[in-house]
Amino acid sequence: MKTKILNVNKSMGSNLITIGMIVVAYTVCQTLIATGSMTNLLKNLLVAMCYYSIMAISLNLTVGILGQLSLGHAGFVCIGAFVGAFFSKVTISTIENTFIRFSLAILIGALSAGLFGVIIGVVVLRLKGDYLAIVTLAFGEIVKNVINVLYIGIDSKGVHFSMSDTASLNLEEGGTVIVKGAQGISGTPRNSTFTIGVILLILTYLIIVNFINSRSGRAVMAIRDNKIAAESVGINITKYKILAFSLSAALAGVAGVLYSHNIATVQSTKFGYNMSIMILVYVVLGGMGNLRGSIIAAVLLTFLPEYLRFMRDYRMLIYSIVLIAMMLFNWAPACINWRKNHSLKSYINAVVRMFKKNKKEA
Amino acid sequence: MDMLSVKNLCISFGGLHAVDSFNITIKKGELYGLIGPNGAGKTTVFNLLTGVYKPDMGQIILDGQNITGKSTIEINKAGMARTFQNIRLFDNLSVLDNVKVGLHNDNRYSTASGILRLPSYFRTEKSMNEEAYKILEVFGLEDEAKHHATNLPYGKQRKLEIARALATNPKMLLLDEPAAGMNPSETDELMETITRLRKLYDITILLIEHDMKLVAGICEKIFVLNFGMELANGVPQDVLNDPEVIKAYLGE
Repeated sequence: MKTKILNVNKSMGSNLITIGMIVVAYTVCQTLIATGSMTNLLKNLLVAMCYYSIMAISLNLTVGILGQLSLGHAGFVCIGAFVGAFFSKVTISTIENTFIRFSLAILIGALSAGLFGVIIGVVVLRLKGDYLAIVTLAFGEIVKNVINVLYIGIDSKGVHFSMSDTASLNLEEGGTVIVKGAQGISGTPRNSTFTIGVILLILTYLIIVNFINSRSGRAVMAIRDNKIAAESVGINITKYKILAFSLSAALAGVAGVLYSHNIATVQSTKFGYNMSIMILVYVVLGGMGNLRGSIIAAVLLTFLPEYLRFMRDYRMLIYSIVLIAMMLFNWAPACINWRKNHSLKSYINAVVRMFKKNKKEA
Repeated sequence: MDMLSVKNLCISFGGLHAVDSFNITIKKGELYGLIGPNGAGKTTVFNLLTGVYKPDMGQIILDGQNITGKSTIEINKAGMARTFQNIRLFDNLSVLDNVKVGLHNDNRYSTASGILRLPSYFRTEKSMNEEAYKILEVFGLEDEAKHHATNLPYGKQRKLEIARALATNPKMLLLDEPAAGMNPSETDELMETITRLRKLYDITILLIEHDMKLVAGICEKIFVLNFGMELANGVPQDVLNDPEVIKAYLGE
């Protein structure tokens, strides 16, 4: 019985494999960059792969672990992106150290997205199924459209807000406009690097995995599997639903900060319905509740449309056909069996078994 | 010493009096059976006792504590746990985790220490595992601890449900048709398990059951419900030979 208790966390090995895969992919990419054999196209996609992966695993927390369909994930990404970019632009002259400033930006972006997660969660998580999907969809669109007409400027008197145009901010001379409505925020320091992206991805992954394998994560999954039974053993349904939802939102905020510090101009129109659906596609394709799958799907599907550019007008057509083919084959029983027989874990187990055998014989 | 005392409990849905002036007093450590024909309102009584439905009238006292109108969660914390007629397990969690969800409220550490893997996480998880294995051993489920709950055979799923309810450390256990769908040998095993439970945990049990062999075999007292009202109440020999009860079950 003792041994059973010792290897309680059987998912531990699987987590290490996922992190190992990320590290190997990172090392390969860095080697390719160092030897100059990576195309510029791919180089530009590296950070994007990181933030799309973070978005995918954070949404997987809501969809796969909490079991609620959310179509407004881009809304949280948007909040993180704008708050983070705003913070960086305001403090660029006061906080000289890039590392500290960027870390703070990430923290603040995550906190504000998480805060919105709590506010939205309290209202929205009373609904279920299609209704929840519709309301989260509306939330995403509201965030996008409000930020699209938002003007924020700063002068010596403080921060000025407006919803109509730059002139109505009534800035003093020397004041700067930071958020320019539809033009968004431009000139954000481009602090996001591939290394930071990968570190954040691993951190996000660890946070989610540790959450799932803790007391709270168990409660969340219990609610997903059977709400009535969870209530009968004294689990506070509302608390754990909101907890998981806001954690998912906060991590989406991290992806947003990474996003806005990767490009010159961040505009709210980018965070529409399409982005939410795209993140959901990563999650569904990778398997709900399967974090590694989400990461793989996000990386492949970020990379694919760019590589299909040579097909010009047929690009999105081919993309969608590939998507359908992947959906069909990914969960076909034959493919699942093949993956089981050829998984990294089975090879590692085989090697371990060989070693043990040798030891016994010796 | 009374563990559960229910006075004049009533609920109606529309015009239907599902449960009408239900009175029962269960002493500490007693095993009470609740029987009655289909649709008599047995499960409704359970739902009233556990706070799924709020009673229209009446009073429920659990171990000196008034739990009338409280929420399911509060009632569970007050010491009442239940199982369900149609099994409700956490299908995608392991057998061990199902029991650990039951241990949730008595073993605490914050979400943050779970994410950051602070010492309190390891300490609490370790004691939770030990406790969960102890409960699983009572039901002979320790070998299946790592299996998904949904992959267990039917009889073991029923047992796991009782194990999970027991993990909340209740004073009183409500079992809704624990032997439903079991074959005779599984039923015998269940009877033995319930007897063992009472010895080990000093627990009061109220159970709904249609299997008369089980009811007559282990219950100390029986309450018969018909159309939401009391038909008979007392020791098994008297109740099961009561002509009214036989009439309700078998017809004229």
